[in-house]
Amino acid sequence: MPDTNSNSAAAMGPRTSIPQASIPPISLRRRVADHVMTGISVLTVLLVLVPLFAIFAYLVYKGIGSINIAFLTQTPKPVGEPGGGMANAIVGSMVILGIASLLGVPLGIGAGIFLSEYGRNRYGDIVRFVSDVLNGVPSIVIGIVAYGLVVMRQKHFSALAGGVALAIMMIPTIARTTEQMLLLVPQAIREAAYGIGVSRWRTTLSITLRTATSGVITGVMLAFARVAGETAPLLFTAFGNQYWNWKTDQPTAALSLQIFTYAISPFDEWHRQAWAGALVLIVLIVAAVAAVRIAVRHGTLAGA
Amino acid sequence: MGVGITVEHLNAFYGKTQALFDINITVLANHATALIGPSGCGKSTFIRCLNRMHETIPEARVEGEVRIGDLSVYNGTSATQLRRRVGMVFQKANPFPTMSIYDNVAAGLKLNGFRNRKQLDEVVHKSLHASALWDEVKDSLHKKSGASLSGGQQQRLCIARALAVQPEVLLMDEPCSALDPISTGKIEELIFQLKEQYTIVIVTHNMQQAARVAEFTGFFLLGKMIEFDKTEKIFTNPSDKRTEDYVTGRFG
Amino acid sequence: MRTRFQQQMEDLREKLLRMGGLAELAVDRACQAYTERDLTRCRLVLENESLINAAEREIDEMAFDILATQQPAAVDLRFILAVTKINADLERVGDQAVNIAERVMDLIELPAVELPVDIPRMATAVSAMVRRALESFVEGKAELAQAVLEMDHVVDRMRDEAFIMLVRKMNEEPQATQQALDALLVARNLERVADHATNISEDVIFWVLGADVRHHAQAASAAPRPERREQ
Repeated sequence: MPDTNSNSAAAMGPRTSIPQASIPPISLRRRVADHVMTGISVLTVLLVLVPLFAIFAYLVYKGIGSINIAFLTQTPKPVGEPGGGMANAIVGSMVILGIASLLGVPLGIGAGIFLSEYGRNRYGDIVRFVSDVLNGVPSIVIGIVAYGLVVMRQKHFSALAGGVALAIMMIPTIARTTEQMLLLVPQAIREAAYGIGVSRWRTTLSITLRTATSGVITGVMLAFARVAGETAPLLFTAFGNQYWNWKTDQPTAALSLQIFTYAISPFDEWHRQAWAGALVLIVLIVAAVAAVRIAVRHGTLAGA
Repeated sequence: MGVGITVEHLNAFYGKTQALFDINITVLANHATALIGPSGCGKSTFIRCLNRMHETIPEARVEGEVRIGDLSVYNGTSATQLRRRVGMVFQKANPFPTMSIYDNVAAGLKLNGFRNRKQLDEVVHKSLHASALWDEVKDSLHKKSGASLSGGQQQRLCIARALAVQPEVLLMDEPCSALDPISTGKIEELIFQLKEQYTIVIVTHNMQQAARVAEFTGFFLLGKMIEFDKTEKIFTNPSDKRTEDYVTGRFG
Repeated sequence: MRTRFQQQMEDLREKLLRMGGLAELAVDRACQAYTERDLTRCRLVLENESLINAAEREIDEMAFDILATQQPAAVDLRFILAVTKINADLERVGDQAVNIAERVMDLIELPAVELPVDIPRMATAVSAMVRRALESFVEGKAELAQAVLEMDHVVDRMRDEAFIMLVRKMNEEPQATQQALDALLVARNLERVADHATNISEDVIFWVLGADVRHHAQAASAAPRPERREQ
């Protein structure tokens, strides 16, 4: 009987395949182009990595000489006196970043969850738009906003105000990456949970979020690393402090502020300490990110 | 013990498109019922209406009455509660990748607040036995993740996970279509044994599987159920010409 | 869609029909040999027996192959089963034709005797049954097959009559015993052929209606076929 199925080989007519022997080998031109493109890709990677390592190397070169126990344990000495350190700034930065994380991470992840699970609609689009705008606001403007919201209310500078400013900066990044990571979780996983009678919110938290943990943490670390070095927002919120401060209602020192103050000063001693401070800041950020990565990998199962 | 399912005048829609037209079926308790039909005929949609998974798709809605035992699926209970009585196994095995084998099986219980360690151990043990997976994983329950098993093992893990919440009905949407013949054989054996305790509805593309595993078969075409009868009759002497054409491979 | 499968089924059908033709021819030849006391025809029947046997093997092999590789279902499955059974029956018909030919060869050696039995009439009836059974297979018509089932009674009666008449002849004329016995055996062989034709018809009904009407079970309980379809 006549075959009307157009997919069958017989319907394609007599064999018109090209015999293997007559296909020309890959031309020289194409092989060269292949190598050239590979070369360009490698080159661009190097172009990106070189400045990174250059900065790091330069920092080490300029700053390593000034790092000693004194630097890490003492507070700044008055102008003119040699020695002193940035101990209070190191601790201050950690406190401010801690507050920022406490505020920014839950809010950011929550926003990300909303956008991915419940925001596939017009409302979600509005939130996304706002988030993108917020992301683009200059950090100093955010500092001013935090000044108005917190400092003016409380009538004093504080680590809290600094934390709020940095949290506002963290939220858009965390929200967007969390959303993207959650969207990457296959719908099949959620369905598996629904299928055994797990409610929607429980599924989102215990299953979807848990599956996307690694990616979400990357987003959090990205945001953290970004705000860890911010200076402008802290100018009118934490304000900086020469001395130890353990209260939340007083100005607090921060590494980025201290580096700024020292760097624009006319004193060589302070310049050297600024370099050291910059090196310490970078090392601390890298250490924090690495520590979190190791902790997460340790908690991950074989084969997951 | 399983319960029977009664479906009356079921119509299902995706937005404006109608996917199921006036389906009426009675599924017998403690039997396996197969649903066959060409792609896009509505059999997957139908089975997902039985445990309200159809609702998870935006703009999907359902009219008609479905009863599991004497519980009305759409008017008597929340979707979440319902799905603890009606378990589901999907076409592609979907174990939770970040959880161990133990946690996967226990997920349904743990995520609903069950914490008693001894009882969980027992349930996991029983479920993995029931799905014929215990011997293969008993030494790595907590060490290996659900996703590190082979395809056939993953699917049996999903079956164990579904059984752990002790449903009365088990819905299976083409459970073997991604598996090799040996794994398929193991799962078919399993269905045979599970029939004694559960009511099983299985959607399959593979007619020989339907013939091997199910006492009753329903043939779906373009959203309607054309014929529903004893499997043996459908495959030796169906009443409707369309059924016969499908079953003998003249289309689809 | 399954064109290769359809083609295989078509080939199988043709082969079976050809075999049926051979079997029918063998019976007709044997009966003609009886009427005309023709040795040549007898020899032909015996020679062509091997063709029938070869066809039986071929058909069984083909059917087996289709079963294994194509997993036929519903009507196709019934068809294959029917073919294998009809196959066996046709081969037996061939055997019976050979038996008749051998009796005829015996009769030819003996002096001709007037026998109170109308073998040609029986042969016509039996031949008609075989032909109609094969027709019902070709056309896939259960009614034709049913008609064959009914003709079986007639042939049975003919055989019974022949027995009575021939036994009486043997008592009356002992010297004609051998010829009478030969004629009796021919009658019995013909009746066997009729039985096989009946079997073939029952198999056709099974294929077409899905009803098992062997041993006089009724076909009334079978579901009515929607519409006949080209096989």
